[in-house]
Amino acid sequence: MSDIIISLQNISAEYDGEKVIDKLNLDIRDHEFVTFLGPSGCGKTTTLRIIGGFIEPTEGDVFFEGEKINGLPPFKRNVNTVFQRYALFPHLDVYGNIAFGLKQKKVPKDEIRTRVSRMLKLVNLEGYETRKVDQLSGGQQQRVAIARALINEPKVLLLDEPLGALDLKLRKEMQLELKRIQQTLGITFVYVTHDQEEALTMSDRVLVMRRGEILQTGSPEDIYNEPINAFVADFIGESNIVDGIMLEDYLVEFAGVQFECVDAGFGSMEDVDVVIRPEDFKMVSVEEGQIKGKVESITFKGVHFEIIMDGHGYKWMIHSTQSREVGAMIGLTLTPDDIHIMHKMKEDEV
Amino acid sequence: MTKKTAAYPYLAWALLFIAIPLGLIIYFSFTDGAGSFTFENIIRTGRYFNVFIKSIWLSVISTAICLLIGYPVAYLMSRASSITGRTLLLLIMLPMWMNFLLRTYGWMTILENNGIINQFFGLFGLGPFELINTQGAVVVGMVYNYIPFMILPLHSVMLKIGNDILEAARDLGASPGRVLTEVVFPMSLPGIRTGIIMVFVPSVSTFIISQMLGGGSNQLIGDIIELQFLGNAYNPNLGSAISFVLMLLVLLIMSVSGFLDDDDLEEKLL
Repeated sequence: MSDIIISLQNISAEYDGEKVIDKLNLDIRDHEFVTFLGPSGCGKTTTLRIIGGFIEPTEGDVFFEGEKINGLPPFKRNVNTVFQRYALFPHLDVYGNIAFGLKQKKVPKDEIRTRVSRMLKLVNLEGYETRKVDQLSGGQQQRVAIARALINEPKVLLLDEPLGALDLKLRKEMQLELKRIQQTLGITFVYVTHDQEEALTMSDRVLVMRRGEILQTGSPEDIYNEPINAFVADFIGESNIVDGIMLEDYLVEFAGVQFECVDAGFGSMEDVDVVIRPEDFKMVSVEEGQIKGKVESITFKGVHFEIIMDGHGYKWMIHSTQSREVGAMIGLTLTPDDIHIMHKMKEDEV
Repeated sequence: MTKKTAAYPYLAWALLFIAIPLGLIIYFSFTDGAGSFTFENIIRTGRYFNVFIKSIWLSVISTAICLLIGYPVAYLMSRASSITGRTLLLLIMLPMWMNFLLRTYGWMTILENNGIINQFFGLFGLGPFELINTQGAVVVGMVYNYIPFMILPLHSVMLKIGNDILEAARDLGASPGRVLTEVVFPMSLPGIRTGIIMVFVPSVSTFIISQMLGGGSNQLIGDIIELQFLGNAYNPNLGSAISFVLMLLVLLIMSVSGFLDDDDLEEKLL
């Protein structure tokens, strides 16, 4: 494809002698908002730093617009980074920070001036030119960091957990703002986070990573609705994951009950993971229930109640807008669409 | 104990050993042996104009050399792994734990006419070179003794420059050289200022180094002061006056170099 802007081919990387990325392949398209999502230590930041030029892969090649850029130092790459803790220059004011990149390129002074004010407008910080960066709030510092990176008009902006230090409300605002900026400028954003909600909100494409490998790639909807294995299901949103046996195509048994499902192609009597989203259960009377049990706890979560039900040897998590008494007996039903069947992860992956 | 009372011991210390002695020095500076007020001592200080200049000049050179040598060392130490960094720090502080006189004697045996260096050159039929009893020897002594006081404040300031800041600079298009001049140097200015003060002030008033390594012809202002208190010239009033003038000169120089504090001026200079 011609619109691939960054391509990682067979990349491996080590950190302190330990392999953190193993033969990773990845194409990033122009104009897309792609997110590396995974727990800490999964190699997502390392991958980002390889693209930025701060780490050299021990194996494999990095291509930028079809050109191999292995060994090219960061200041010669047409990408810019927004760092985790902003990394603003404390000896410069807001203007000095944002102008830094253009100053390096010896851009004429009045052009710097116009471009800085355009950037300040983009990140909603007009009038802050002469502020010292340590006088700014976390959110404002973040905006300066974004403006400082974007003023260089990079083709790709790398963001390393940029919202990690902000409080929840501000984080939500900034998520929308980042998305708006990305759409306004139409450039590629490569975003690293361990926050699944953040990933789902902003991304065109999410890559779920674990132990230096990409487990699954897809749109937020795909990843949420069709997780490839129990790890992804558990990481993206909340799930009930139970052991099951695939009896035949479209028939699975778990919790001692047989269920119709929409999956086929598994081996007969294969051990599988069964994943059920808590919001997919339908609460019914005990008599009608396919799974029955006793309500153990109920927590009000704002939009829904979170009910933990003990039954068939498992604790089931249910999200429902209806409440039930603690101690009450209830039944649960599922439609075939609600049941997600996944191959068991290999032992060494668990 | 409240915060306020916790400061009392130091206040008492400062009063007893800093404020009162300072007052005494000023008192002696402006009185004669009989205790009556006079400008005589201050005026006589003018006779030592050349010695003042020499002391200041040698100290400026020593401070500059300390900065030139110490800056890269401090920078590399701050970027090294924490074990390497701590080992280097220890190596730099180690000589400070040895007696000052002993260290300076050490340099005498190295620089003497039949010292190690001249013996080495002697093997090739060269020399002996006049190394000891020169201004150069005094500068070497000052640099050797005071360079830790340059490196330590620089190191502690540079430790605070996070690697992510340097990465950000490189990411924004700064070449390695520009990272140093545009980020590391301006961010380490407070350490440079402290280092300069901590090296310059003891250098300018030293007397042991100049006596041991400089010989009779390289008397510094510290030697002149010492003579007024311990030597044949015994004249504490003049000694106090010279000390007082030296102190004013140091203050003057420091406030002139205080331009490093001024951000705007700094911008203009860069």
